[in-house]
Amino acid sequence: MTERVASTRLALFGGVYANLPALEAVLADIASRGAEPGWCLGDLGGFGPDPEECVNLLRARAVPTVQGNYDHSIGHRLADCACGYTDPDDQRFAQLSYDFTDARVSEASRAWLRALPAEVRFEFAGRRVLLCHGSPRRQNEFLWESAASEPFLEWLCREHDADLLVCSHTGLHWHRALSSGRHVVNAGATGRPAHDGRPGAWYAELTVREGALEVSFRHVTYDTERLAARMDAQGLPPEFSETVRTGWWTTCFGSLPVRERIAAADARLAAAPQSR
Amino acid sequence: MPHPSARQSSRSALTRRIGPGLTNRLATDEGFSPEAALGSPGADTSPVPNQPLLHLEQLWIQVAGTLCNLSCTHCFVSAGPNEGRHAMLSREDVAARVAEAVAMGVREIYLTGGEPFLNPSIEGIVEDTLELAPVTLLTNGTLFTPHRTRWLAATTRSSRYSLELRVSLDGTDAASHDAFRGAGSWRRTLDGLRALEAAGLLPIVTLTRPAHVDASELAARAHAALAAEGVPAARLKLLPMFTLGRETRRPGHAPPPPSLAALPAEAFDPNRLQCGTCRAVTSRGVFVCPLLVDEPGGRMGDTLAESARAFPLAHGACSTCWATGMTCAND
Repeated sequence: MTERVASTRLALFGGVYANLPALEAVLADIASRGAEPGWCLGDLGGFGPDPEECVNLLRARAVPTVQGNYDHSIGHRLADCACGYTDPDDQRFAQLSYDFTDARVSEASRAWLRALPAEVRFEFAGRRVLLCHGSPRRQNEFLWESAASEPFLEWLCREHDADLLVCSHTGLHWHRALSSGRHVVNAGATGRPAHDGRPGAWYAELTVREGALEVSFRHVTYDTERLAARMDAQGLPPEFSETVRTGWWTTCFGSLPVRERIAAADARLAAAPQSR
Repeated sequence: MPHPSARQSSRSALTRRIGPGLTNRLATDEGFSPEAALGSPGADTSPVPNQPLLHLEQLWIQVAGTLCNLSCTHCFVSAGPNEGRHAMLSREDVAARVAEAVAMGVREIYLTGGEPFLNPSIEGIVEDTLELAPVTLLTNGTLFTPHRTRWLAATTRSSRYSLELRVSLDGTDAASHDAFRGAGSWRRTLDGLRALEAAGLLPIVTLTRPAHVDASELAARAHAALAAEGVPAARLKLLPMFTLGRETRRPGHAPPPPSLAALPAEAFDPNRLQCGTCRAVTSRGVFVCPLLVDEPGGRMGDTLAESARAFPLAHGACSTCWATGMTCAND
């Protein structure tokens, strides 16, 4: 029997990336919107300075959480994050992050991460909802907006018995309403900005109004300067704190498709024409 | 700023965790006898692994047939100015094939040749296809007119799906590249890459890697060479050499690798090879992958639906894909 969620508003967030102030800000915003406790789509470690504190906060608030590849790797003490990067520079930065997180997670948290489910299913407003981290078939699969055809997404939903599929993993949020009436949502990331020059965190909000599903994305700000200073003080690479300060990715985007790359490059030029 | 990226030809990290052990095993296991490496399905009667089609993720369409303005000495489909074994496809032909693939839930479409820009309908083909799925165009980069570059820039920016461009190199300087591609090719391709750069486009540069050359060393050399030529942010994908097509007639080519006949059944991983997720279409039908369009056993049928069955991995090229974990796809 699938659990039914009776509320009319859901909040979904992923990619916490050991960023405690972003997580606190997102949870506060979710509460202010009446969508508590929210659903977490995994990847609690990496990038930021406070993986253990993020795990503890999610546990204290009893936020239902799907396991990300990071959580699987840390939980099982694997050698790397299995983020799926193919670029050597990406892999080098990913390993720095991974080792930093790995050294700061307690045994109790590891056991919790290990036991997280790879997917969560429930019914919401008459729709079969499937929450996963990367894709329903692979925890570290990248579902980019511009690189996944609508026929493919339809197939993925059909194959996995979902009317509403919500994923994360890429760090970029998007929503596609399919012609069949199904929806695919990438909730984006709270711990790293969306490579759009806007420092802060993102999450997805799903609202049912008169039977229709509305999907929107909320941008939440926090004290990024304070976090960036803390990351620098902890010895994390300056490329990471630069991302927190500027809202632009500096590492780990070798897999980004050209559409998203060019959109970011054009936006960056428009924001700072004098740098041309 | 973006880091220059060297994309190795490999599958996801989750898959690759299984990979290296098998790769080493292939190279050292005495069970692999080169004598079994006849490279043709009809010639080797020992059982080989059967690769199921898990799902059609990538459809390859040979839009230019085997017509190309270059005659590279190592071309695995033996394309050239007078090569008509596979004919050019019309805009309608391509649309019909894309529709077949869409019905199967295809994820992305690759347009190749020969040289796709020799197809006079290429702009219409790209625009039609981009309505339905992400597209990657594979080109030698020598035919970018100012009009074409403007069209590429506008189409890339106006489409909701990615239009990836892949430009092929076979060396990191004029001498090594032109040895494969003909005198003046390096200059013309670099002119093309600079034109794309000036239009704000970000192509993937593919580079063949001979077996004895270290991947990271080659990638570093390529980034330095491209930066010196005014292409600083190139994304790089390395490809192995295949003993196929015109390469088998090039003096000094590598011998065909052993077949996968000796691979123990329990070592076979159906997620490792691209033929678990792709098919290729030419004027002559549907083939298992873009590499085997001229090889015995490579043709699987007239339609995509009838080509969805398992493929016996009997060709020497299958061993190259297996050993290198290589995919022709972008990732």
